[in-house]
Parts: sequence; C-alpha cells; structure tokens
Amino acid sequence: MSEGKILPVVNADASVARAPVSFDARVGGAGLTLRRAGAVETLQVNVGKLCNQACKHCHVDASPKRTEIMSEETAAQIVEAVRRFRFRIVDITGGAPELNPSFRRLVIESRDAGAHVIVRHNLTVMFEPGQEDLPEFFRAHAVEVVSSLPYFLEQQTDAQRGQGVFVKSVEALRRLNEVGYGVEGSGLALHLVYNPVGAFLPPAQSAIEADFKRELRARHGVSFNSLYTITNMPIKRFLDYLRCTGNEERYMRKLVEAFNPQAVAGLMCRTLLSVDWTGRLYDCDFNQMLDLGVAAGLPQTIADFDPHDFADGEITTAAHCFGCTAGAGSSCGGSVVAS
Amino acid sequence: MSYYEEDDLSRFSDMSKHRPDLFEKFMAWYQACQEDGALSRREKALIGLAVAHALQCPYCIDAYAQSCLESGSNMEQMTEAIHMASALRGGAALIHGLQAHNSVNKVSM
Repeated sequence: MSEGKILPVVNADASVARAPVSFDARVGGAGLTLRRAGAVETLQVNVGKLCNQACKHCHVDASPKRTEIMSEETAAQIVEAVRRFRFRIVDITGGAPELNPSFRRLVIESRDAGAHVIVRHNLTVMFEPGQEDLPEFFRAHAVEVVSSLPYFLEQQTDAQRGQGVFVKSVEALRRLNEVGYGVEGSGLALHLVYNPVGAFLPPAQSAIEADFKRELRARHGVSFNSLYTITNMPIKRFLDYLRCTGNEERYMRKLVEAFNPQAVAGLMCRTLLSVDWTGRLYDCDFNQMLDLGVAAGLPQTIADFDPHDFADGEITTAAHCFGCTAGAGSSCGGSVVAS
Repeated sequence: MSYYEEDDLSRFSDMSKHRPDLFEKFMAWYQACQEDGALSRREKALIGLAVAHALQCPYCIDAYAQSCLESGSNMEQMTEAIHMASALRGGAALIHGLQAHNSVNKVSM
C-alpha cells in the first residue's frame, strides 16, 4: 500500500450540497433544538417521479422519462394508514401525481377517511390525455389545489418550467376559475407557488402576492387565493444547475447567512411525514430525494407506521435544510415567518 | 490581477477593523435605510440599482441586482431603472454643454 498524502474529504457525497457550517450546529448555536412537534398532522405522499414537465429547479428530478411510480399495493397501504391514524391532511405530490393510476383512488379514499386533501398540481398536466376533467374532479372532492407558477410573466416561467408552459398554465388557471377555484366565496382553494427563477432567495410573500394578483388579473383575467413563496432547494436538478453555473458556494453561503432562528419553530418537518413511491418514510420530501430516511429506530415504512413513535422524535437534517430557514423561511405552505 | 475581487463583497465587514465604532454607525444607518417605509423595499432596491449604475460601483451593482430579484423585480423593471440612471448621467453631461457655450460666448464677439 502506498504512503501517499491523504487529502481532506471536501464532499464525500456529491449528491449533497456543501455548506460552510453544519445545520445542526447553526440551530444549536441559536440556542434551539429541532424536534417533532408531537402529532403528525400531514402525510405528504409522493407517488413518484413521472411528470409531463422537466423543470430546471426540480428537486425530484422528475420528467416524462422517469418510471418510478407508486404501485396499487403501496397506495392501498397509504389509504389504510390514513383511515387508521386519521391524518388531518393528506398532501399528494410527485412528479405530476395525476399521472399515477392510483391517484384518484388516493384522493377519494383519503377524503372518505375525513382527511383534507391537497394536490400539488402543475397545471399543464390538465392537457394530457385522460386528464381533461381534473378541474371537475378536484371540485367534486373539495381538493385544495396548489400549483407552481414561478412568475406572472411568460419569459421567467418558461425559463424555469419549459417552453410553452406559461401559456398552458394560464389556460389551466382559466379552467380552474371556471369551476370556481380561486374565486372568492366559492370555498374552492387555489394557491400558487413562486419559486425564484435562479440562484436567489424569494421576495416577501405578501408583496409578491399582490403583484401576482394584480398582473394575472389585468393581463389574463385569472385569479387565485394565496401565493406561497418557496426557496429553491440545493438538491438534484437545482443543485446540478448551481454547480454547472458556478453558483453553489455563493448560494449556500447566502442560505447560511440568511439563517433565521424564528423560522425553526414553523418548519414543516415538525408536523409532516413524507412517504415515497415505495412506502418508505422521511421527514420531508427534500430528505426523500436525498435518500435520508427517518431516524434509525423509528418505523421506516408506512406499513409499520405508529404515531406514538414519532411524537417529539428526532429529525434528520443536512446542509439543504438551510433552504427552509433562510429569510422568512420556506415550507410547502410558503414562508413560515410573517413578512 | 484585477483591482476588484468578487469575494470582497462578502468581506465588507472587514472594514470594521481599525474603527469598528464608525463601521457600526454606518451599518445601522445603511440597514435602516433598506427597511420598508414610505417606500417599499423593492422601490428602494430599484433606486439602489440605479444609483449603483450611476456610481459604476461593481460591488453595488452586484448587490443591488440581487436585492432587486429578491424583492420581486423583473429584468424589465431593473432595466428601466438602469435607463433612468443612464438618462440622468447623459442629461447631466449634456446640460454642462451650456457651461461650454457660456465660456465660449464670454470670449466671443
């Protein structure tokens, strides 16, 4: 064996972003601990990586070419867990979850079990074969619709989500409005998601929401309820983008410098449990994409889930978690600190 | 070797060496100026971007281009702000032409 010079390991796992300090150390340095808040309120179900789009910032690396999708058997295990443990919210995501054959069953049976159902709907999937009735389906089951639209202009939206996506998205919003979604007084909630189109932090949620409402109404005659600002996470395709453009170090430094201790209490991982297309459990969808399962010693699959095991439980963290504590904080429901 | 180093922007606080009291006073004032007030953060970021171009300070241009993005401005709005700065610089140069005219007129028949 040679006695060559041993170089320091800068980044043992190339799939994980590099940060100048550890997330746990930063949280601890602020005099805080990050633990689960008690009951798991939201079961976030990622039915797989198949999508009709291939967005440049996607932390799932979803695309039309992906084949990893949830089986009927796993969907049945999830429905059983929803019935048995009475999760207050079932949040269905992907990929484009509607493309999974078990999607409608998941919605209907979760609603039958008394859960509030959120669908992360990318708008354009509505124009895929067999999906034309999605607005009526959502309305029939009182689904809360959360849809990505990174900006109210075509150039920025298409730069992130693909050519032609903005025009289709506006048409989809029009269809959702027609059945009552995003229309005041209808009780049908349609929320939009703003993601920065690049390596920068989102603006104040309330300020940009006012712009979106004004501009989408004036330019296209469409409306929605709330805008969620979500920080781009340095995972998968967005991490590739950061590296290809030489932005990783600067972006990670920005996230770390913007660490906001006030955001920690509202982090979604404290009340949410994420399940992947195989039934494995994670503390959030971002951990899922990094293959960072729930802490050792906890039930690892939805089939073994027991809520008592997760009360006040440990949360698995890594450098990407700085994305959820930067500035006003970030979660699947937008910023976590009032701006 | 360039006189301007990109990394210097994040090392701005090094200027607190030697007279930290003065730097702290500057930072308190500077940060107070950025807050929402009668003008929004976004309007202030656009003003900052325009002034940065008028000053032609590369650090300020970098910092305020990012501030504009992070306060929700788009390239169309940012470019209009830059044109405002440029137009004022151009106009300021042009109106000084009257100084030249005056100077010439003073010695001309």
